[in-house]
Amino acid sequence: MSSVAKSRKRESRIGLLFLSPWLLGLAIFTAYPIIASLYFSFTQYSGLSSPRWIGLENYARLFQDQLFWKSIYNTLYLAIIGIPLAQILSLLVALLLNTKVRFLSVFRTLYFLPSIVPAVATALLWKWFLNPQFGPINLLLERIGLPTPGWLTDPAWSKPALILTSVWGVGGAMVIYLAGLQNIPAELYEAAELDGAGRIARLFRITIPMLSPVILFNVVMGVISSFQSFTSVFIMTAGGPENSTLVYALSIYRNGFQFYRMGYASAMAWILLIITSIAVLFVFKFFGKYGYFGGAEK
Amino acid sequence: MINRRRLDKSWIYLLLIAGAVFFVIPFFWMFSTSLKSYDDVFAFPPVWWPSEVLWSNYADLIFELPFVRYTLNTLFVTAMTLLGFMLSSSVVAFGFSYFRIPGKKMLFRILLVTLMIPPQVTMIPQFVLFNRLGWVGTFLPLIVPTFFGGAFSIFLLKQFFDTVPREFSDAAKLDGANEWKIFTRVYLPLSKPALATSALFIFIWTWTDFLNPLIYLNDDRMYTLSIGLQQLSTSRTTAWPQLMGGSVLMTLPIIVLFFLAQKTFIQGIQVGGIKS
Repeated sequence: MSSVAKSRKRESRIGLLFLSPWLLGLAIFTAYPIIASLYFSFTQYSGLSSPRWIGLENYARLFQDQLFWKSIYNTLYLAIIGIPLAQILSLLVALLLNTKVRFLSVFRTLYFLPSIVPAVATALLWKWFLNPQFGPINLLLERIGLPTPGWLTDPAWSKPALILTSVWGVGGAMVIYLAGLQNIPAELYEAAELDGAGRIARLFRITIPMLSPVILFNVVMGVISSFQSFTSVFIMTAGGPENSTLVYALSIYRNGFQFYRMGYASAMAWILLIITSIAVLFVFKFFGKYGYFGGAEK
Repeated sequence: MINRRRLDKSWIYLLLIAGAVFFVIPFFWMFSTSLKSYDDVFAFPPVWWPSEVLWSNYADLIFELPFVRYTLNTLFVTAMTLLGFMLSSSVVAFGFSYFRIPGKKMLFRILLVTLMIPPQVTMIPQFVLFNRLGWVGTFLPLIVPTFFGGAFSIFLLKQFFDTVPREFSDAAKLDGANEWKIFTRVYLPLSKPALATSALFIFIWTWTDFLNPLIYLNDDRMYTLSIGLQQLSTSRTTAWPQLMGGSVLMTLPIIVLFFLAQKTFIQGIQVGGIKS
């Protein structure tokens, strides 16, 4: 064996040694649980006695379970209305902040801060803020002569209430858009202005196309995280009223840890994994070429 | 033309200020509630500022409710998590950045994919595993996994390590340094900004984590702040001054950190683009 090959071999051996904590963790805390979860999904399993093989029964029951479909409906409702709303608002704020305004850093800070408030604190705060009787929102609505909904206590308003809460945290997306806007070459705008393009034309012909990778990335990540959102709902409504806020992740938790139907919950978890995988594949297909995850190409 | 520009400007300010009010009022409400008496809390119509400012609500939290205990528990878990993640992630990130390993590209892709695996998928088998080990009800399930590296920190640090010029490590090699020395004497000292960003985000995630403590902690004396506050909200549903006071105290360290490390914060979010 040549000395080059020998030193190459030594290098990769030592390299693997450095990677070994993560490789072990990957096996124990990710790979094994994913496989075990697939196995559990074919069993009846309370977590206490040992799992009993029942084949596809969990999946068959899931598709007939009204609460399962309800949780999918609720999750999609929150995603389909909440995500575009959050993206439009955060992009709008970023556009406003990208002009030469004074007190830029003050505004940026004010808009950003809510996004780093702990989820538990945000949930408690908004539960109280939206209190139909003693909260300030309905006080304001009443003053200006608008109807005062029951918010989290009314099945018709509970989902909009959750969306309103999540809008308070759009500061993170705003910061990402702000960075994206600052990366758009100023020459593009100058050239467009010379050609007589108005503000709206510049927005739709330059800004949005140039930002489209960022927008797409944010939307897909938003979809992934909406299927994982748990804390705010758990604290604010616990899924109620009338299951109007029973979202997917909450439903998994309930089945697994409150009803001890761990096999059933695992089947739900695997369906979630498939949905997420599709979204992730989408991300990789589209973003490989835009230079995101640039490190992976090295 | 100039007038029109000026008009535009005032519209921009108007919109910005209106938005800022929407973002600030909830903070104000949280703080003002934390100082209210029950009479003020359940006054109708609601009052913006307490008729009598009760700082004693905070004393209640500290002396009557186990708030200090929750804080110490959270600090302990956060400190151990920081130690675990920082040690392991920096070692692994160095492995990814420095060495030529067959299949490394593939492994790094797997690392990125694990960032997006929903915790709900792994949570049940992990629970079964920790239950079998007899660890449920202890801090161990929250701490031990962190010593096996965190995907986000590894990603962040690896990207930074990639920018360290090879000449530095080559020079160290000529001086007889082995790989471990190169890691600790060359890479780590050069990577303080990336290490700080990573530590900041780990701190925030752990400080605010809810799902894991919810699953694994079942003894009131071991609750972290997030679980303690949530439990308080179910056992004393009308204790809004204390709940808001607790929320203020839990949020404060993060806001202080933000003002101390604003740049690190913003960059971390922009680089990662991921907020768990």
